[in-house]
Amino acid sequence: MKTVTLTIDGRTVQAREGEKLLWAALENGIYIPNLCAIPGAKHPAAACRLCFVEIEGYPRPVTACTEPVVEGMVVSTRSPRVDRLVHTAFELLLSNHHLDCANCPRNRSCELQRIARERRFPLRVKRLRKLERNLQVDDSSPVVRYDPGKCVLCGRCVWVCREKGTGVLGFARRGFERKVTTFGDVPLGQSGCNGCGECVKVCPVGALTGRDSAAISI
Amino acid sequence: MNSSSIVAETFAKLQQKSRTAWQSLRDRPLILVGTATCGRAAGALEILKVIKEELEKHGIDAQVLEVGCMGHCYAEPLVTVYKPGFPPISYGYVTEGIAGRLVQDFLGGDDPCLEFALAALETNDMVPALTDFPRGMIEKPIILDKCGLIDPEQIEHYIALGGYAAQARALTREPEWVVEEIKASGLRGRGGAGFPTGRKWETCRLAPGEKKYVICNADEGDPGAFMDRAILESNPHEVLEGLAIAAYAVGARQGYFYIRAEYPLAVERVKKAIEQARQAGLLGTNILGSGFSFDVDVFQGSGAFVCGEETALIASMEGEPGLPRHRPPFPATAGLRGRPTVINNVKTLAYVPHIIERGAQWFRETGTAGSPGTAVFALAGKVINTGLAEVPMGTTLRQLVYDVGSGIPKGKSFKAVQIGGPSGGCLPEAALDMPIDFDSLSQAGAMMGSGGMVILDEDDCMVEIARFFLDFTQKESCGKCTMCRLGTRQMLDILEAITKGQGKPGDIELLLELAEDVKAGSLCGLGKTAPNPVLSTIRYFRDEYEAHIKERRCPALMCQELIAYYILPEKCERSCDACVGSCPVEAIYTNEDRVKVIDQQKCVKCASCLEACPPQYKAVVKLSPPELVAERGRKV
Ligand SMILES: Cc1cc2nc3c(=O)[nH]c(=O)nc-3n(C[C@H](O)[C@H](O)[C@H](O)COP(=O)(O)O)c2cc1C
Ligand code: SF4
Ligand code: SF4
Ligand code: SF4
Ligand code: SF4
Ligand code: FES
Repeated sequence: MKTVTLTIDGRTVQAREGEKLLWAALENGIYIPNLCAIPGAKHPAAACRLCFVEIEGYPRPVTACTEPVVEGMVVSTRSPRVDRLVHTAFELLLSNHHLDCANCPRNRSCELQRIARERRFPLRVKRLRKLERNLQVDDSSPVVRYDPGKCVLCGRCVWVCREKGTGVLGFARRGFERKVTTFGDVPLGQSGCNGCGECVKVCPVGALTGRDSAAISI
Repeated sequence: MNSSSIVAETFAKLQQKSRTAWQSLRDRPLILVGTATCGRAAGALEILKVIKEELEKHGIDAQVLEVGCMGHCYAEPLVTVYKPGFPPISYGYVTEGIAGRLVQDFLGGDDPCLEFALAALETNDMVPALTDFPRGMIEKPIILDKCGLIDPEQIEHYIALGGYAAQARALTREPEWVVEEIKASGLRGRGGAGFPTGRKWETCRLAPGEKKYVICNADEGDPGAFMDRAILESNPHEVLEGLAIAAYAVGARQGYFYIRAEYPLAVERVKKAIEQARQAGLLGTNILGSGFSFDVDVFQGSGAFVCGEETALIASMEGEPGLPRHRPPFPATAGLRGRPTVINNVKTLAYVPHIIERGAQWFRETGTAGSPGTAVFALAGKVINTGLAEVPMGTTLRQLVYDVGSGIPKGKSFKAVQIGGPSGGCLPEAALDMPIDFDSLSQAGAMMGSGGMVILDEDDCMVEIARFFLDFTQKESCGKCTMCRLGTRQMLDILEAITKGQGKPGDIELLLELAEDVKAGSLCGLGKTAPNPVLSTIRYFRDEYEAHIKERRCPALMCQELIAYYILPEKCERSCDACVGSCPVEAIYTNEDRVKVIDQQKCVKCASCLEACPPQYKAVVKLSPPELVAERGRKV
């Protein structure tokens, strides 16, 4: 397999040809915020808009999850423009997030918390207005608990449910109303979900979590 | 005989047959009735019925044809009469009575009923022609030239006037020649972004793969835009011919029309056109004996705005939800079913036959250096002559508004023009003399978009206009990506607050910051352009935003929460009760001075009293901020 050599934040790293920049960086211990990227997915969703980086010679920041590595590429994961875009995307997600870490099963293992820590973003909404949606927690499944108020619409559960599960999860509605739900919008408990728990493993936040009684290792 | 001369000969026969059919139309009087969707909305089908009945009743031998839209939508229903011995004359605002008189007096007698004439179609000594009016002098129809003059459902009409000659010509040349000709013409895509068409075709032509596709994008999701529909309803063959030429150029054997399902008449007429072209040997296997085969299908889109975006359009044709994906790869290299695919707008394709027929150089003679050719605009809003107009690129806004559109109605003053639909922007009076083309518009913060043009007058609040367009894009966002789904929503919330007088200091700056990030950070063109109306209104009308935020005042007196209705005591004719009767909520009472007063608590701001107050008094006014009412009350 051919490898290419590139520079990320001044460090020389090797990556498989054709691989996306995000994975090259992460595998080399360079963190780039990301929520929607899925290793092994054929087409990146590029939906969360958190993985922006600057590449020398490119006029604008680009998303690392969609950009294939190229021999000699010079990448910077931080710049005023990148930081600003990432911060705005992060704030936007928080403004639409039921923020309640103290009572959240994912407290301390949450990807939003990690982004806040790595980028020194405050984990609260200051500049923007809170855009809460009144969505009910779905407690119907014996295995999985779904809190749509915490969902960041990354789509990882939808993907994994199709790949490894029963394929009952999908997106519904458009725009601000977009949400992850089951086929026919029925509660998880009646959806034909087989309780494999794969979605819980990939959910980066506290939206899909295991029920206390169920043992799903994450 | 080589294939070139077979093509030429086969086509010459087809042309001869069509010309004979077309000529025979001139043997007796001919009446054209515009029955595109716009005409139908104005009652053209009733007019058509009356004309047919009257002809029958009076035993007059004349042909009646249904045609498309000539662009003079303001004057519809529109009827054009060809009578031997007279110039062809178009009549506007036709009522059933006028229709009856045209049949009886003009066709039955010899009175051309000039009092109802809009204009003649040719210069003559009897009636002013279209080209004698300022509008006619500015307009330069290329792709609208046959619209409203031929029956869109008869392929012979199109062929008789030169149609399909470009396709026949292209088939006698190499595909590379066609690509080069389009490249040389400088044609830029009319779907919004203005991407060079020739370069797109070349990329697709050179992309590896045997199977390729061409798609005509007739999704037309912009609110208020109807150019693409009008063309498909008025001259579908022109677009079909353009698509076939595109297919030959890039090497595609299959093409599609992606038409929104809300356009049933366009769908019907395009389907008929495809069928007729097949029968004439202009589609299908071995077209005109050239060895080239190509066929076309119609795909009906569900009508989501975002489905006009190329990658979302492809997804929806593949049976997936219409969500955009990251580009590259671009459709020209990996599009429908992963194959190289050219997607072009209706208008872009409509130019193609004209360019192939008359040459790249001819095309470049019109328009500006960077944007050759013409632009089709749909004029709407506060303008006297609404409708479609095709003008050279580089025409000024002033010419469009005042010459083509005949200016602002009701003696109001011009304020701005919103151009390019939801992805476009608002340009102020200072931009009136700007020659408009792709580049000047984007420099000024607007966009050609698909050509929608809404003219605004002094009564339009620019914050409200920005809110209106953002409300549209916010609702149409597919919701896939964070920036657009939540960024436009945040912006909309701020705009709503401002129009309600709840704006806060710093809101303008926050809007600007969010706008920049949504533009830079969104996944697809919808999000990347959604902030344009906000950015351009802040750029040119910042004082209006500030008045709303700092003074709770709407300078245009439009934002409901920031205005109050008030009766000027000095102007109120005390014995008149007009306003009292008009008020639906009984908010108006008579005070001890016999002056009418509005109870602000009860008033629902319906404006009935303002309209009811006789014009000689004009005693009812709007005040902003609403607190002015109390202030005035104290002074009295
Ligand atoms: C949100 C969105 C909506 C669009 N809607 C349309 C449309 O309705 N019709 C159209 O021709 N192009 C539309 N476009 C532009 C197309 O994506 C594409 O650029 C165009 O069809 C290319 O054709 P052209 O090169 O001939 O302009 C839209 C783009 C975006 C981002
Ligand atoms: S999902 Fe993460 S950020 Fe949200 S409440 Fe839970 S721990 Fe906090
Ligand atoms: S439930 Fe979790 S994995 Fe699924 S879309 Fe929401 S945040 Fe992503
Ligand atoms: S920019 Fe808007 S419409 Fe485009 S992908 Fe993102 S959310 Fe969807
Ligand atoms: S604006 Fe309407 S509700 Fe208010 S006083 Fe006038 S008529 Fe009555
Ligand atoms: S990880 Fe790249 S956009 Fe989400």
